[in-house]
Amino acid sequence: MDLIRITDVQKTYKTGTVALYDVDLTISKGEFVFVIGASGSGKSTLIKMLYREEKPDRGSIMIGGINVAKLKDRKVYMLRRKLGVVFQDFKLLPRLTVFENVAFAMEVFNYDKKKIRARVMEVLDLVGLKNKARVYPDQLAGGEQQRVVIARAIVNNPKLLICDEPTGNLDPDTSMGIMKVLDDINKMGTTIIMTTHNRDIVNAMKKRVVVISEGKIVKDYERGKYYEVS
Amino acid sequence: MKFLRSINRYFRDAFKSVFRNFSLSLASISCITITLIVVAISIVLSYNVEEMTRHVSSNISIVVFLDSEVTEDEIKQVKDNILRLDNIADITFKSKQDYAKETKELDPRFALIVDSWTEETIPLLDSYEIKVEDIDLIGETAGKVKKIDHIFSVNYGEEYIESVITIFGVVEKVCIGGVVALILVTAFLIANTIKLAIFSRKTEIEIMRLVGASNMAIKIPFIIEGSFIGIIGSIIPIVLMCYGYTTLYNYLGGELFSSSLGKLVTPLPFILYSSGLLLIIGLLVGMFGSYRAVRKYLKI
Repeated sequence: MDLIRITDVQKTYKTGTVALYDVDLTISKGEFVFVIGASGSGKSTLIKMLYREEKPDRGSIMIGGINVAKLKDRKVYMLRRKLGVVFQDFKLLPRLTVFENVAFAMEVFNYDKKKIRARVMEVLDLVGLKNKARVYPDQLAGGEQQRVVIARAIVNNPKLLICDEPTGNLDPDTSMGIMKVLDDINKMGTTIIMTTHNRDIVNAMKKRVVVISEGKIVKDYERGKYYEVS
Repeated sequence: MKFLRSINRYFRDAFKSVFRNFSLSLASISCITITLIVVAISIVLSYNVEEMTRHVSSNISIVVFLDSEVTEDEIKQVKDNILRLDNIADITFKSKQDYAKETKELDPRFALIVDSWTEETIPLLDSYEIKVEDIDLIGETAGKVKKIDHIFSVNYGEEYIESVITIFGVVEKVCIGGVVALILVTAFLIANTIKLAIFSRKTEIEIMRLVGASNMAIKIPFIIEGSFIGIIGSIIPIVLMCYGYTTLYNYLGGELFSSSLGKLVTPLPFILYSSGLLLIIGLLVGMFGSYRAVRKYLKI
């Protein structure tokens, strides 16, 4: 069953730069998809459209029954509740502890305290940070911070996890650790779409690879490897 | 239940973030405090000037002297004619005998002279003292009174009173204009300070949006936080207002130029109303400032 169906999407920025054109892409439930391409190829724009940070000029983007392209600004939160987002630069709140950072995403739903506590500890355990719940983000290493972000992204059981270069700032070993966590999450049924520059990761994971070049999808491999692309 | 929980959370979060972002909260709070102190001073000034104007106005009257040979009937007739005019608030009769008595009491030397007068030889005149409703129209009213029969002269201290009225009118308008301008400037200044404070929390708002908080859920805690800041910021001005004004009033003995002209407003209930006003201004300005600042980051 399709979770994401992108049809005939085009995006031109106000500066006149054509970021994406003629983009068609279908992603099924439970898939793990890498989106790769050079800087400025349009992959970030594509990812941003998935969580409606950007809006396409043309075409439709269906995610779990919601037409994201036509979603009104004030209804964007309904989409965001169905997905989790992980960034290269973490975006953690420095004045909140690890526990509070993760709980922050659940408090939006007004769950009761007990439920929040149980679920947050559960996901922190999943990403291997159960014993760091009371620590502040800047006391953690980069890889650990990224694990907190992943925990925050999955705490509400999203159907889709969007990762925008999650290993961009991390060393190879730490990166592989993060990939292990993401793979585990994927195995539990969450669809993952991830952009990256890291060829080792793509080669090691042997997942579907979508290649974007100059605003267009140029290749789509079932179990791709980086070298086949470049 | 869920609704109550979210209200509870909004207040808790707002309260927490006032202290979590203490340096920025302090900036906003001191901004509100300083401007509200200036607003408080302007309120005291303008209200007192208004009070003085009212006091002076209520003491201004037209004195009408009647012809020396008027009869009882004519005196009544003059009164009826005056009452028929517009802008008359009150009229009191004062006979020449009353004046004679007053003069006698002034000095014992006058008493000899006054006692020598008989009913026929008394050189004084009967009079009416007229209080007007609208002090600005006193000249016009005096003019109309002058035209009535059996009137010897009409007196209301024309030039002196007119200049006093004009000056007070100008001072009052300037003060009210000042208060309004100050409130606007305060609102703008505070909105900008809060905007700065919230700018530093862009990431927080961004994350809230990312994890699926509705715009409402993002705005409300910030607005509550803004009103906390507004309330905290108005504490010092209110304390200054209450103690400062009462102390000043007692120190000056309730009068400004030690004359009945410069009577100050009694502290109660004036300070209560003004404090309420300051609190409301602080609260609204804090709320409004936060609302505007947050809205900016909610646009997608």
